[in-house]
This record gives sequence, structure tokens and C-alpha cells, in this order.
Amino acid sequence: MSSPAGSGLQLAVSDLRVEIAGNLGVVRAVDGVSLEVAPGEAVGLVGESGSGKSMTLKSILGVLPPEAKVTSGQVVLDGTDLTRLSHSRLNKIRGRRVAMIFQEPMSALNPVMRVGNQIAEGPRVHLGMSRAQSVQRALDLMRRVGIPDPERRFRSFPHEFSGGMRQRVMIAIALSCDPELILCDEPTTALDVTIQDQILRLLAHLCRESGTSLIFVTHDLPVVAQICHQVAVMYAGQIVERGTVAEVFRSPLHPYTLGLLRSAPDVDQPGQSLVPIPGAPPSLIAPPSGCRFHPRCKFAEEDCKVTEPPLRILAAGRATACLHYERCLDEMGAEA
Amino acid sequence: MSTDLVSVVPVEGRTRLRRARWYRHPTLVVGLVLLVAIVFMCVAAPLLTSFDPDKQNLEQALSGAGQYGHLLGTDQEGRDTWARLLYGGRIDLRVAFLAVLFPFVLGTILGSLAGYFGSWIDAIILRVIDVVVAFPFFVLVIALVFVLGAGEKSIYIAITAVGWVSYARIIRGEILVAKRQEYVLAAQSGGLSSLRIMGRHLLPNVITQAIVYAMSDIVQNMVAIVTLSYLGLGIQPPTPDWGTMIADGQNFLTTQWQLTTIPGLTVVLTGLALSLVGDGLADLLRPGAS
Amino acid sequence: MGRMTFVFRRLALLVPTAVGVTIITFFMVHLIPGDPAVTVLGQHATPATVALLHHQWGLDKPLAEQYWLFMDRLVHGNLGESLYYQVPVWGLITGRLPATLWLLCYAAVIAIVISVPLAVLAASRKDAIRDHVVRVVPLLGLGMPAFWFGLILQTWLGTKLRLFPVTGYGQGFVGHVHTMFLPSLTVAVALCPVLIRSLRASMLNVLGADFITTARAKGVPAPRLLVRHVLRNAVIPAVTVLGINIGYLIGGTLIVEQVFAVPGIGSLMIGAILQRDFPVVQGVALVFGVLVVLVNLLTDVAYAALDPRVRFGR
Repeated sequence: MSSPAGSGLQLAVSDLRVEIAGNLGVVRAVDGVSLEVAPGEAVGLVGESGSGKSMTLKSILGVLPPEAKVTSGQVVLDGTDLTRLSHSRLNKIRGRRVAMIFQEPMSALNPVMRVGNQIAEGPRVHLGMSRAQSVQRALDLMRRVGIPDPERRFRSFPHEFSGGMRQRVMIAIALSCDPELILCDEPTTALDVTIQDQILRLLAHLCRESGTSLIFVTHDLPVVAQICHQVAVMYAGQIVERGTVAEVFRSPLHPYTLGLLRSAPDVDQPGQSLVPIPGAPPSLIAPPSGCRFHPRCKFAEEDCKVTEPPLRILAAGRATACLHYERCLDEMGAEA
Repeated sequence: MSTDLVSVVPVEGRTRLRRARWYRHPTLVVGLVLLVAIVFMCVAAPLLTSFDPDKQNLEQALSGAGQYGHLLGTDQEGRDTWARLLYGGRIDLRVAFLAVLFPFVLGTILGSLAGYFGSWIDAIILRVIDVVVAFPFFVLVIALVFVLGAGEKSIYIAITAVGWVSYARIIRGEILVAKRQEYVLAAQSGGLSSLRIMGRHLLPNVITQAIVYAMSDIVQNMVAIVTLSYLGLGIQPPTPDWGTMIADGQNFLTTQWQLTTIPGLTVVLTGLALSLVGDGLADLLRPGAS
Repeated sequence: MGRMTFVFRRLALLVPTAVGVTIITFFMVHLIPGDPAVTVLGQHATPATVALLHHQWGLDKPLAEQYWLFMDRLVHGNLGESLYYQVPVWGLITGRLPATLWLLCYAAVIAIVISVPLAVLAASRKDAIRDHVVRVVPLLGLGMPAFWFGLILQTWLGTKLRLFPVTGYGQGFVGHVHTMFLPSLTVAVALCPVLIRSLRASMLNVLGADFITTARAKGVPAPRLLVRHVLRNAVIPAVTVLGINIGYLIGGTLIVEQVFAVPGIGSLMIGAILQRDFPVVQGVALVFGVLVVLVNLLTDVAYAALDPRVRFGR
């Protein structure tokens, strides 16, 4: 997928840090994350569970759980720092300029409110539409996302829909006020593979159509390949690699990314054996010293255990946090 | 719609009574301190007052606080209020505690039988529960007291006949779940008699929720007893009792208001202490509580 | 299944309970030690009155037949005759039922008006000062005898400040609202502890749910979020709790009607007890039982109306 041209950034996250107060100590869930999204661009955020990708997304809109707090950093949307906004002003941006789609559509929809009303709620609140207008808009959206028989389905409740249908409802809700940016928090993880594909195509199509930017969080690499232009890889609360999807997947510059690619089945290479990444994700209360991945990294050297490597920008939009990224190139070269 | 739990206190988990770290719960500690203080004062009544609660002294009737050496004044028959409060507390607290014991035992037995054996025993007991619950608690209690004649004994019978239901439901619910646990299956395959399994294995694990409920039940009973006495159907004069004190004082609310207000406040305070203990226990027994 | 089917099914389930209610009420007579007629009549016991009661209750016939007679008369609306007033019990009850129903509804409204804001206040800032303050209120309320609180209200707001009448039912709608305020407030205060606790708990539950995060991410403004998303879901379990405790509430009307001299069936029952008028006691107890059964049905229906997941088969 080629990245569309755009001047000026849609969204710029700089050095974001989020802490969670827990029983055993302070969890540094997001520890210095920086991200950029250009207008019309789809950026993937990849990582294991617990890597902090969900938290990053939630802190953009300020919908973190009560125990979590943004302790430093900025989230700049078109010149405005969202972390500094008052609650009421942030509310005007939520749903209107930046929308979010969640993972579990069953629990993410209000069980006692009709589906159509939930879709129509955004336009009523943000766009000042009358009841009739918002209903019309909801019906249009339902058609756009492919929900059959919208007039009748408008009055249904979430539990009457299948998983895939519910996710379409969530997409409709996200699109309802024509946002500039949609945040997707693993929207296809809870769905069947066949439905997954449908939803992904739908998302990609809708965003291309309207030029909406996307940040797409997932642990599933093939999904990123299908829908995103750029990808950022997260590990233990930090970004460890960045670049275009084609480049990162073809020649990863971080051992973790390499490990992820190796452990993911590739439909084009059915006979290839999968190599899991040894070890377990680190504690976010007391992460390993130096590079956080070093206990699991087969290329680890002495300096990896000592210095915490910054995310270094290399040429042409690529970035990596590995001190010895050439080892990855060697590895890939050996395979070719 | 049949729900098995009537308790207002959230009921979760089936853990043993944890003796360690009970003092870390402020609710429980404050409640216990208050409760012990109240009980102590009532028990130590002779030390705290030299007046006889039943002794009338018409010349000093309706005197205010502090007059003639009466700490809280006297009632319309010249009886010392403070003494009546303390001695009355003995009666009310004793009856309230005992009146919880009988329903607790009866309810636990019936609930265990229903939960463990199931089938027709369960069906019958459930039907009876549904019917008893269909009456407002107080309506049935007062009707029974009426029928049996006023007095302490009737109170016990009436409250037991109506109150066992809540315990039965709680225990039944807990046993329905607990009997599927591995240790019960092990005991059954080991050839232990049902009685032994129920008594030695199941009950100690399920009794805790009933105990928590019992604390709030004491409060409910105390209010019922005081109400019955207010109407003249409960503790009979001349035995001092908070309910009759409220009744006696009600005609003088505009003048010697403490005659009615103080006994009522005492009931509220005792209820507060018991509720705190109940809540504290519930917190303590919740699984995963720190 | 449709809503009517749901209601009818529930009604059908209630029949055995209703029958049970009649059995218990019937058996109350036989719980009396000794000759029930003599005990009940007390000082009115003359050979003539005793014989009359024996006949009225059919005490010489077998138990099953007695019950049958009882049910037969019941179905025809005959609850016996008051020993004191010497008029049919049914007439006494229907005459005084409106006042009690007024009291119950008014009390429920006041209880909701007090409890909902307090529960919202507490749940919105869990473990903050205001949460602790609100949580203390039920602790005090649970142990407070309703009649005592009623007496205090009566004295201060009624007698001393003359804001409200101290007794009675009042005339006309406005009169009822004014006169019944104090007794209804007393009953409401007895209900609030339970209501506040359960509302707060279910609100906390709802506040942590995923769909609330969705709604926040949609930018739904706080008032709308509270009402259409949080409360709308939180009231569902609270309705159940309210229904369960309605029995307790109805029991409270007995004593409150007595204190405020409200001409309802509660004070009728108390009066009958003090006058040893057994048929009235039995009759009112029966009516109360049926009332609770009906209220439970209403709660179930309300629950189904509020929760669409329930309507479509369970």
C-alpha cells in the first residue's frame, strides 16, 4: 500500500508516559512512546499483550481506567495538545474528530440501548442534528458498513447481533461524525477469521474513501500487512522499531520484530516451521536494565544490558531501538 | 423470580473465617469497640448507676437531666432514665442475640438438607420459603405474637418461625455450589455418611456467609423487638426496655424530649455498631481481601 | 416470547405461593394454644360468643374441610366479620386500603428521590470523603426504628414548627401530599439504606464496564452519560433489590400508620390486635401477603421491561 501524500501531521504523540498505580508498585505501562500519523495514513501498532499498545491508544482520547495516569508527554492533534485540555473540551473532540473502536463488541455496546440510537447518539450530541436527521444518518451509516435491513435492525439490541455485525455497528458509530482519525483497539481479535477479513476490508475501504487516518493496534502481523502503511512495534511499554510495513516486514531491524515475524504463520510459506520467542514479557514495575528485550534476545551483548537504547532514526523514516541492528540484517541476509 | 440471596451485604466467595489480620479492617475494629462498649455498659449497670430501674418515685417524676442526681432525668413514674436505659439494654440485647440464634440454627439445618439432598426435600422447603417470604416480616411476626400472646417467649417463637428463611436460602445456595467441589466427591467415594459430610466438611465452609448475614439480622430483630414493645406486645412492664421507654415518653416529647429520644438513639447506635461489625466481617471474608 | 406471555407465565408461578399464603393465614388460628376461640375472645369470651366463633370457623369439622370452607368463603370475598365493629372484614379493608397504597407509593417516590442522588454522589468518587459519608447513612438507617423517627419528625416538623399535620390522611390530592408527607418520609427513610447500598454497588459495577469506555470515547457529555448509560443500566439490579425488600417496607407501614394515625390497613391491623379482633387480623395478614406477591410480580415485569436481554427468553 502506498502512503498518500499529506503535508502536516494529523497526530503527533511525543514521549508519552503512562503509569498505573497497582498493589505491587507503579506499573510503567507506556514509557516514552512517540508516534506520528499523517493525514489519510494507517499506522499499525504491534506488540504482545501487555506491551502498552492499548494504553497508548486510550491515553490519546483520555479514556484510561481510573488507576492509570498520563505522567508526561504530549498528544498533539492538529496543533492542540489533547493531554492539556479540560474535560469538556476534550469531550468535543472525542467521537467528533477522533473516534475509537474497541475489541469486544459485546461488552463495548450499551446492552439496554437500541443499536440505532447508539449510532445516532454521536451526531445528535456533536453535530446538533435533530432526532429525525440523526436517525437518517444512522441508517445511512448502517448501509455503508454493510448491515442488512437497516430499518428493522435499527431497533435491535446488541445481544441480538452476531459478533461481526456488532463490530460493524461499532465502526458505524466511529464513522458517525466523520472523524479525521480512528483509533482501532484490536477490533478483529475477537472475531472469526472469515469475518475478520470482511471487517478489515471494510475499514480499509472506508478510510480510503474518506481519507480518514487510522491507528490500528493489534498483535496479529498479517492484519497489519493487510491494512496499514506504517507500522510501529512496541515492547514493554516502548517503541522498538518503526517504518513502512513493506520495509519492516521484509527486513526488520530489531530482534523482537524478527522474532514476531518468525513466530507468525505465513500463508505463502506453509511448510515453514514457527520459531517462538523464548522467555516471557518483562515486569513493567521493574523492567530489565538496559535494553528491555535483552534477556530474550539471541544477539544480546554486554552493552545491551547496561544502556537503555533510544529509538534511533535511520534513513527514510525507519527507526530502531536496537544497538546492534545490523545483526538482524545479517540474519535476514543469511536466510535469503 | 426467585433469587436465593436476600442479604444487602454483597455476598461473594466461600472462604473460611480468616483469623489473621482482622485488626486491619477499620470498619470491623470500630464496630467491635462500639459494640463491646455498649454491651459492657449494660452488663456493668450496677456499677454505673445506683438507681433501681423499677423503683418509682412520683415526687421526682418527669425531672430533667441532672435533677435530684438523675443523670438523664426521670420518667412519668419517677424512674431513673439512665438506669432504665442500662438495664433495658441488658434485656434488649439478650433477646436480640438469642432471637437470631434459633432461626440461624433452624435455617441452617433446613437449608443444608434442601441443598444437599435436593429433589423433593428441596422442592418442599423451597415452596415453604416462597410462602413465608410472601408475608412482610413484621406482619407475620406481629400476627404470631398476637396469636401466641405477648411476651418474651412469643418473640422467640415468632421470629424463629419467620426468620429461618433467610438463613435457609443462603446456606442452600452455598451448599448447592459447594457440593460439587472435589473434596465432597472424595468424601462421598470414601463412604462417609451424608450427615458427616454435611457437618464436618460442607458446613464449616459455607457457614461464613450465614454469620455475616446474622449480624444484619440482629439489627433487624432488635428493631422488631423494640417496635413490639412500643406497642405493648413485646417485653412486658415493669421490665425495663428501650421500646417501652419510647412509648412511655412519647407524650412528653415537647417537654422532656430526652425520655423518647435517648432510647431511640441508643437503638440507632447499637444498630450502627452491629452493622459495622457485619460489614467488617463481610470485607474480611471476601476472597482476595488484603 | 412476548411481554404478555411473560406476565402470564409469572402469574402462573405465583399461584402456588398465593395458595400457600392462604394456608398460613388459615393456620394461624390453630396455632393458638388452648381453645382458639376462648383465647381470641379474651374477656369477650362468653359461651355464646365462643359457640359463634366455633361455628364461624367450623372448628368441630376436620381440618381439610375447614380449609375448604375458608377458601370457599375467600373466593366469594368473604373474610369473616369483625368481632369489634361487627361489619364484614372485607369492607373494612377496602375502605382503608387507599390510604396504605398512597403511603407506599409516596414513600417509594421519596426514597428514590433521596437515594439516587446520594448513590450517584458516592459512586462517582469511590473511596473519597463523600463516598464514605454516604456509606455511613445506611449504617445509621438500618438500626433506626421507624416509629421513633416518625415520632421525632412528628414533634419537630409537626407540633413545634407546624409545617405539617401530625395525623390523618388529608382531603383531595394536594391534601394527601401535604398530610402524608411525614409518614411517607418516615417509611422512605427505612427504605433508603437498602436502596442506597444496592444502587451504589450496581453503579460502581456499571462504571467499570466496557461500554462506558465506549461512550466516553464517543464524547458523550457527562449528564447524558450518567442518565442514559450509567443509571439506565444500574437501576436494573436495584429494581430487584427494591422488590425483595418491599416486604420489609410494607411491614414498616404498620407501625408508621399507627404513629401518624393514618387510616390504612396497617393501623387497622394494629388496632385489631390490641382489640383482639382476630378475623380482622387474619384478613389484613392475608391481604398483605397477596400484596407482596403482586408487588413481586410487578418487580419481575419491571425488570423485564428494563432489561431487553431478559425479554427474549431465559
